[in-house]
Amino acid sequence: MSAVSAVRGFARRTSALARAEVLHVVRDKASLVQIIVMPLIQLLVLSNVATFAVKRSPAYFVDFDHSATSRGIVTRFAASDLFDIVGQSASPGAANEAMLRGDATIVVTIPHDFERALTTDKSAPIGLDVNAEKGSAAGIVQSYAAQILTNYSAELGRDIVPTRRNVADGAASEIQPPPQPGAGHIDVRLRSWYNQTLDYKHYMVPGILVALVTMIGTLLTAQNIAREKEMGTLEQLNVTPIGKAEFITAKLLPFWVLGMIDLMLGLVVARLVFGVPMRGSLVLLFASAGLYLVVALAIGLWISTLVETQQQAMFLSFFVIMIYLLMSGLLTPIDSMPHWVQVASLVNPVRHFVSISRAILVKGAGFAEIANPLATLGIFAVGFLTLAIRQYRKRAV
Amino acid sequence: MSALFGLLRKETYHILRDRRTLFVLIFMPIVQVILFGFSIRTDVRDVRMVIVDPTPDATTLEIRDRFAAGGIFRILGVSPTASPLDHLFRTDTAQVALIFEPRFGEHFAAGDPAQLLVITDATEPNTGASRQLYVNAVIQQYESERGRRAGTVQIIPQVRSRFNPTRESTNLFVPGLMAMVLNIIAALMTALSLTREKETGTMEALLVSPLRPWQIIVGKVTPYLGIGFISVLAVLGVAKLVFQVPMEGSLALLLAEGTLFILVALSLGILISARTSSQRVALLAAMMGTMLPTQMLSGFIFPLESMPRPLQWISIVVPARWFVFIARGIMLKGVGLVYLWRETLVLAAMTLLLLVASARSFKVRLQ
Repeated sequence: MSAVSAVRGFARRTSALARAEVLHVVRDKASLVQIIVMPLIQLLVLSNVATFAVKRSPAYFVDFDHSATSRGIVTRFAASDLFDIVGQSASPGAANEAMLRGDATIVVTIPHDFERALTTDKSAPIGLDVNAEKGSAAGIVQSYAAQILTNYSAELGRDIVPTRRNVADGAASEIQPPPQPGAGHIDVRLRSWYNQTLDYKHYMVPGILVALVTMIGTLLTAQNIAREKEMGTLEQLNVTPIGKAEFITAKLLPFWVLGMIDLMLGLVVARLVFGVPMRGSLVLLFASAGLYLVVALAIGLWISTLVETQQQAMFLSFFVIMIYLLMSGLLTPIDSMPHWVQVASLVNPVRHFVSISRAILVKGAGFAEIANPLATLGIFAVGFLTLAIRQYRKRAV
Repeated sequence: MSALFGLLRKETYHILRDRRTLFVLIFMPIVQVILFGFSIRTDVRDVRMVIVDPTPDATTLEIRDRFAAGGIFRILGVSPTASPLDHLFRTDTAQVALIFEPRFGEHFAAGDPAQLLVITDATEPNTGASRQLYVNAVIQQYESERGRRAGTVQIIPQVRSRFNPTRESTNLFVPGLMAMVLNIIAALMTALSLTREKETGTMEALLVSPLRPWQIIVGKVTPYLGIGFISVLAVLGVAKLVFQVPMEGSLALLLAEGTLFILVALSLGILISARTSSQRVALLAAMMGTMLPTQMLSGFIFPLESMPRPLQWISIVVPARWFVFIARGIMLKGVGLVYLWRETLVLAAMTLLLLVASARSFKVRLQ
């Protein structure tokens, strides 16, 4: 047999099997739902759900001071657009109640003689009780509150201090020296790159797309091959002239294509529904996705060699995917994790594709800037595929 | 009754013999606690900073030192121009850039506003915002020490973090994780085990046996109640040992509420199995109907109040939402039934509703 006819035979058998796969998928309603509808629903729902955005926080004020200054604080909070005033009283008990019930995220306590302390001592304490049950948001809420107070005290400094100086000229200048000449001030301008509006969707959607592609690649492949095992059709295939390489190619190719189609659909939704930016080259993104899918498929194939039934395949894939997704920096930044987790996550292919996806879509990175993670993915692709194919041979023969 | 015990024994054997599934059922919760505990964090530390300083002088050097000394920022390098910034940010090498205007020190010394541009990578908005706040704090500190703010007044916030003083994220996840694990075991596994009997045709054999329908269900479901209870204890144990998650309230109350939640999940599983005929469909239904809502709409990772209104409304019918609230209340706030009776009532009502619904669907299948 010449080389050409061998290749032709390979292509013929592979494409026949691949066509059978595609027909299976298209004819089975459950599969179609799993491949087209589920990912889109997940994308639509998840993108809205997956947000740590800090919206207007309910604030409760306990005002013991009843002064113009203390009322000013309440007004500043109300005007800031960051807080909703849910209650105001002179009773710490009521505030505590509100917090225990979960109605208030922050309780601001203005002590007795607040205004007087501010005018005489130049400084006065204020109590901020933050409901840290809200996790990371609590830190932001606290900083927002502190920011409002800092601005308010700067404002007060301009109002209160000059009047005091008029009243008690000599004494005042002793307590608080006038601003030193020559000490200028720093005009800080803040820029938030890549996400000016601080929209969580711009962060989450590129990551969720990766999760969807991973689901298709790993879960469906594992489940599909496990089903053949369960039904006994895998043995039938093994006694046909179809070789292992042909079988694997034919099994994986349709899912590779499906993964790419899902990514395409996902990107359309991301663009049209969520207005996610696409600053980099889509060709580069699809090329990276193609490489990543090889890794995901190989992992799916590998899982399928370890299990006997679909149920086991599902559980094992979920387990693996969950670990991969959680440790990928998809939900929270890798940089916030403990050091050993960061190191461990280097062997996680999802991590690399998540950073590629964000770099290309959100930051507009080019090839040179994603070359590192891309090369890592290439190594994973070769490694996992070799591992899975070897494992598969051992099992099936 | 002895028939029921026979069935119970048979079911227990079934579960115990499928080693792989059992392994997953018991270890998954433990691994999940550890995974979530270590991975879902939003601490801001070790921020990678680049400084652009076209005209270094005493003032800018002093400010640079402040950032280097603070412990939060790690200065990667100082550049005279802003041109490498794009590349550094895109490769995720740098997260914050501090750009001094030319002749910054001169302006500052002359009392003019000296401009400082702070660029942060806000791809992840919260950490982006936090980094800005940290930069601001350092600058303000510097300014006030240099005397400019000496004449102004200061309001000193005294911050207390209630219910979770260390802001440890693990404390927030453990209640939600319990809900998730219980869903997997109680709802998913129950649904699968009941539909498997249908699929393999053994359900008919059970139906013609002297067992009554409710006995079949009780027999199939009880072992999962046991496993569910064990995994709740496992989750709590690991949470306590590895992450020192607090238990402010009554453990007995928490376990009672946990049992109530297992009942909700079990009845969901029964309902799903009554309505489906194959394991595949049951699996899909259980995933869509219980797992995803529990993960997404219970508020255990993502705060509910950040979500769009319609999703918040949907979350009302998600049992896990109520359980997470209850469990957090007991574990972190130390509150009792006085604060939680409404949520408990909701869970009880859900159980009743689901049981009635599944009993009706199940009878239809028997005829």
